Amino acid sequence: MHRRTFLKTGLATGVVGLSAAAGLLKPTEVLAAEWPKNAFGATKVEDAIKALFGSGAPQASAAVKIKAAPQAENAATVPITVSSDLPNIEAISVFVEKNDRPLVCSATTGTVHGYLHVRMKMRQTSDVHVVVKSGGKLYSAMQNIKVTVGGCGG
Amino acid sequence: MAAKKPMRIRTRTQEGQIEVQILIPHPMETGQRTDKQTKQKIPAHFIQQVTVEHNGKFAVQLNTGAAVSEDPLFGFRLKDAKNGDKLKVTWSDNKGASGSGETVVEG
Repeated sequence: MHRRTFLKTGLATGVVGLSAAAGLLKPTEVLAAEWPKNAFGATKVEDAIKALFGSGAPQASAAVKIKAAPQAENAATVPITVSSDLPNIEAISVFVEKNDRPLVCSATTGTVHGYLHVRMKMRQTSDVHVVVKSGGKLYSAMQNIKVTVGGCGG
Repeated sequence: MAAKKPMRIRTRTQEGQIEVQILIPHPMETGQRTDKQTKQKIPAHFIQQVTVEHNGKFAVQLNTGAAVSEDPLFGFRLKDAKNGDKLKVTWSDNKGASGSGETVVEG
């Protein structure tokens, strides 16, 4: 009988909502379920951050580190490594300011360290922003990466 | 276009942590390029989500846009990982295609 009731309530309130309420899933996992269309469609870094995290204005922090060459050899594959030793990291996202759609990728982290490596496309020389969510707060770092058309590296 | 080659997952120890590298062959079309011969826009086709499970538990999920490079390479570092742990990676793209791969952690 209990099982029946459980199933019914589950259907009524939505399985995800129920699991979250029961504490079976961490909030991050619930969020992770869908692709954030609005954030990826945003044309400004600020808008993308707002669409992704619900609030803007991350705080610049030295605890967020970007490792990338100051000058990219190939604009179609620009390697970037983000690392941070902040506690309780919930998300790491990468934005290229001068791309038409700045948001490159956003990781929802569970049992991983504050580390992310990715290769991205860059339309032109631009500031690259990284936002790390830690303990409900947003921290950011920025680095300018130069892109040379033609890839002569000069 | 289906995946050309199977995805590759590799693990190694970096700075005392187990690093997972995932390579997924995928065109990652932005939807902004034009086919030079037909003068038609090449429709967008890119990976949207990559999920890593560590021993059957959620480890990390990456939402990706078209600005990720072709044949994307992703790197993560796992907490509490040891040799022999199971890893499962699944991905899906904006056209509904998906794929998955499994490996075992080897430092």
